[in-house]
Amino acid sequence: MIELHGLTVRYGSTVAVDDVHLDLPTGKIYGLLGRNGSGKTSLLSALASYRRPASGTVRIDGADAFENPAVMRQTCFIRDTLDVNDSERVRAVLCFAGWMRPGWDAGYAARLTDLFELDPRKRISALSRGQRSALGAVLGLAARAPLTILDETYLGMDAVARSHFYRELLADYLARPRTIILSTHLIEEVADILERVIILDRGRVLLHEEADELRGRGVTVTGPAEAVGTFAGGHPVLGERSLGGVREVTLDWRPEPADVARGEAAGLTFGPVGIQDLFIHLTSASQRLEAVR
Amino acid sequence: MFDDRSPIYLQIADGIKNDVLSGALKEDEQIMSTNQYASFYQINPATAAKGFAQLVEEGVLYKRRGIGMFVSPDAREKLRADRRERFFAEVVDPMLAEAKRIGIGVDEIVRHLGGAR
Repeated sequence: MIELHGLTVRYGSTVAVDDVHLDLPTGKIYGLLGRNGSGKTSLLSALASYRRPASGTVRIDGADAFENPAVMRQTCFIRDTLDVNDSERVRAVLCFAGWMRPGWDAGYAARLTDLFELDPRKRISALSRGQRSALGAVLGLAARAPLTILDETYLGMDAVARSHFYRELLADYLARPRTIILSTHLIEEVADILERVIILDRGRVLLHEEADELRGRGVTVTGPAEAVGTFAGGHPVLGERSLGGVREVTLDWRPEPADVARGEAAGLTFGPVGIQDLFIHLTSASQRLEAVR
Repeated sequence: MFDDRSPIYLQIADGIKNDVLSGALKEDEQIMSTNQYASFYQINPATAAKGFAQLVEEGVLYKRRGIGMFVSPDAREKLRADRRERFFAEVVDPMLAEAKRIGIGVDEIVRHLGGAR
């Protein structure tokens, strides 16, 4: 179990992560979602012990994580910078990872390097953005670390490379289950392989839920304004718009078939709200509330 | 294969039920393992496992410890009976409602159906 207790990360007077409590059972694939500046990277840096929290604790299988070598060896955090020397060659970076990582699989790293068409002779400084990310994916997957954290390890990858990345990640996870935390903005691409979703919003946890529970959690209801108002009454509204006499509301509510039948009889139509739409509604709605405050 | 309209585990369960009904999956036939299913459809294995668990609970599948999951001997009959019960409420009644909205009479529908015999 990974336990974040009252975790707070500050940069000067800016609070990036604000009193986060999370219990994350191990052995699952998590998706960490949030808008830019919501605190994803800060949370992950604290989780990986790359940054000392201003307050609160990170415990991994009961052990305090910060500056704990035993925990660090089991944790692989891949971030934007890759934490490598830019003048090194890809080959040397992979070799170094082999020394550092107890679970490193050099054969698998070589296969992935081929798959992503990475030239081992190239220097890191000469890699394109997408190639850098691909190298991050190789480092993250071949480390086979019990806690693998991939912070937007898809930036600049083209659609083919991303599809290879997701496929390899799932295949390797199936063969060797471990805890994988992915932060991403590409929600629709990755949602199917996630078991759980965590949404961060302005440093706080807005939601932590099984990914599959989020599908069909919301609904849009469209029809004559008055009928929509009557039907939607009492349910949490995520968004709404109207045109002439027609109104559409997005509700954070899963109607039963009987509700849908009742609504349809009243001339209403129902539409689905996917995980990405739900995310957009949840995170933009809270910003609107902020504006009113 | 899967859409975002409803939980994937329910879509998995519906897909397997359709395969049982159509005869694509026979009684006592072994179905894919959770991992094979997850890998084939590129979904999280916990989601696949939940879909299978739902089918075990409904009696469509049964487990053999250490071997895998199989189609229950009476699954097809039970599913047919369920669907037949729901057929008029879920298929015919909405069709009649639509026919009424656009002015198609029951006689016309019966004539059309007669041609399908």
